[in-house]
Amino acid sequence: MKKVLEIKDIGKTFTLSKKQQKLEKTKTNKKVAVDHLSFDAYEGEIFGLLGPNGAGKTTTLRIISTLIKADYGDVLVDGKSVKNEAGEVRKKIGFLTSELKLEDFFTPNYLFDFFSTLHGISLEEKEKQKKKLFDRFGIGEFAEVKVANLSTGMKQKLSLAISLVHNPNIIIFDEPTNGLDVITAKVVTDFLKELRSEGKTIIISTHIFSLVEKICDRVGIIINGHMVACDDLKTMTAEKNLEDVFFDIYSQEVGDK
Amino acid sequence: MKNVLTIVKKELTRFFKDKRLLITTLILPAVLIYVLYSFMGTAIFSQLNNSDEYVPLVYVNDIPNSIDNLLTTSEIKLEKKSYSLEEIEAIKEQITNQEADLLLIFSDDFDQMVAEYQTGLGDAPYILMYYNSGNTSSYTIYQTLESLFNSYESIIANKFDINMQNDKFDLVTDENVSSMIFSMILPFLILTFLFSACMSVAPESISGEKERGTIATLLVTPIKRSELAIGKIISLSIIAILSAISSFIGVVTSIPKLLGGLGEDISVSASVYAFKDYLLLLLIIMTTVLVIISIMAILSSLAKSVKEATTIISPLMIIVMLVGITSMFGNVNSNLFVYLIPIYNSIQAMGSILSFNISYINILVTIVSNVCYSLLFIYFLTKIFNSEKIMFTR
Ligand SMILES: Nc1ncnc2c1ncn2[C@@H]1O[C@H](COP(=O)(O)OP(=O)(O)OP(=O)(O)O)[C@@H](O)[C@H]1O
Ligand SMILES: [Mg+2]
Repeated sequence: MKKVLEIKDIGKTFTLSKKQQKLEKTKTNKKVAVDHLSFDAYEGEIFGLLGPNGAGKTTTLRIISTLIKADYGDVLVDGKSVKNEAGEVRKKIGFLTSELKLEDFFTPNYLFDFFSTLHGISLEEKEKQKKKLFDRFGIGEFAEVKVANLSTGMKQKLSLAISLVHNPNIIIFDEPTNGLDVITAKVVTDFLKELRSEGKTIIISTHIFSLVEKICDRVGIIINGHMVACDDLKTMTAEKNLEDVFFDIYSQEVGDK
Repeated sequence: MKNVLTIVKKELTRFFKDKRLLITTLILPAVLIYVLYSFMGTAIFSQLNNSDEYVPLVYVNDIPNSIDNLLTTSEIKLEKKSYSLEEIEAIKEQITNQEADLLLIFSDDFDQMVAEYQTGLGDAPYILMYYNSGNTSSYTIYQTLESLFNSYESIIANKFDINMQNDKFDLVTDENVSSMIFSMILPFLILTFLFSACMSVAPESISGEKERGTIATLLVTPIKRSELAIGKIISLSIIAILSAISSFIGVVTSIPKLLGGLGEDISVSASVYAFKDYLLLLLIIMTTVLVIISIMAILSSLAKSVKEATTIISPLMIIVMLVGITSMFGNVNSNLFVYLIPIYNSIQAMGSILSFNISYINILVTIVSNVCYSLLFIYFLTKIFNSEKIMFTR
């Protein structure tokens, strides 16, 4: 299988403001969010980054998506480095999180066109992609309704469509089912599986075991910025279920310190 | 560059399709200013004209013919008669009680005495005027008559004449009056409108997008941060200029009404300026908006929310107002270096254009330095958009 994503020993330390120090209840103003983390992802797979709150999942995905820079290490996306070729990387990936919002004032149609233009997509290509995605998510009938008037589920589906305007080969999805009802969540996870069957590479982050068990091919467990386990889901859950595996590792990791 | 256009187009679409925004930034300023200024003008006018409608009541004892002729044309109600001593006392009582305005008493055979009288020889004929300085109309008519009699006296004495020919002695032109008034108030007003116009769009567009998380969606596309910065600045500037123009129209249409209150003699008209003057003014306004918008954009991008942005920018408003007030003192600064100071240079340059003291080199320095400042600020804004610390804090 072709290796499309190479995370090579990345790390990120945040400097906390006084206010953040109080919130996090620490005395030091440094917070190591990602610590010497490496993993690879291959064509046509869903890779799950599993970890508790504050483990460093979002930070990792943001580094891969070029939104923030790693202090050290590098990420190669289809051979392009996030350090030196951020622009190229952005063309190859679609980044999505429930924190990414669309402007309330515009309609799905307008936003799709707008983001297509920013990605430099030809008109023909755009119409094709729009029809495909709008049909897939049933956005078509709301194409001229302002985002403000769409339901949360429809908004999420629209964000998904918008982040795929350029038909990227690599999709990074932070907490894909966060805040969604079971029906919308299923639409999203089914769609991710569909994308996989098209040969796309998908990285998701989550703290939900069942989601990983349902859709992921490989899983990396991340605790305190470390990748503590990384393997095929099948191999990892050969003897115990994912939850037990996680807590075994977790008690070891936390107990060590 | 294409991405810049895409951003500008989106921002303008956002603006022009939003009825509420359109009304509050484009229509309301013009209407409010027009109504406010017209109202102020009418209020001043009616106050000044109050005294005109009132007809003062003047009692005259034994009016001489010459004086009678003098007073017939004026709008004074004259009660002419030979009054007895008691009646005269009663009239004085009325003046005290503000029921009558004035009592005029002439010395006997006034006209004849005046004709015969030679300066310094014997008793001079006299006029007595009883009035009440606590009563505005009484005091006004007293002053009017006093100066009337004084000039009458100087005419009949006729030692020399002052400005007696039929000529225009006050050489002020409408152009002078207009340019003086405009150069004193317009720079300040324009700056105020520009600032509040910028204030109404910049924080919302930048901190707002940051607060709602929509800017992050843009940052994951291949658009360059500099393109985003330039696109935002250009579109916000266009909107701010439109809004400022709206306010400007309000001022220009209401100024005649406002100044109309000051009297018919002053006719103020914006037509005293040539096309070239308007063009220079527009250039100054446009580059000033660029400077203000880019400063506000930087402050807004540093803020976490629209509210925080507004709080940060408000003190700036006071500084800008204070700078703006300097135009009210007239004199245009001619030192070339002050035209390097942002905002102040715009105020001075606008003042110089409006008062016909144009120095092209100063205006050039103003425009060029404004553009340079804006470019510098856009560079900073790009840096900020690039900074994960600012764009992705929690
Ligand atoms: N911009 C920032 N400034 C300071 N600290 C940060 C920043 N972003 C993240 N952190 C800290 O880094 C650590 C990792 O955060 P991250 O968001 O990557 O965790 P996560 O695994 O996504 O958690 P969650 O499940 O809560 O989303 C946390 O302790 C967080 O407080
Ligand atoms: Mg997270």
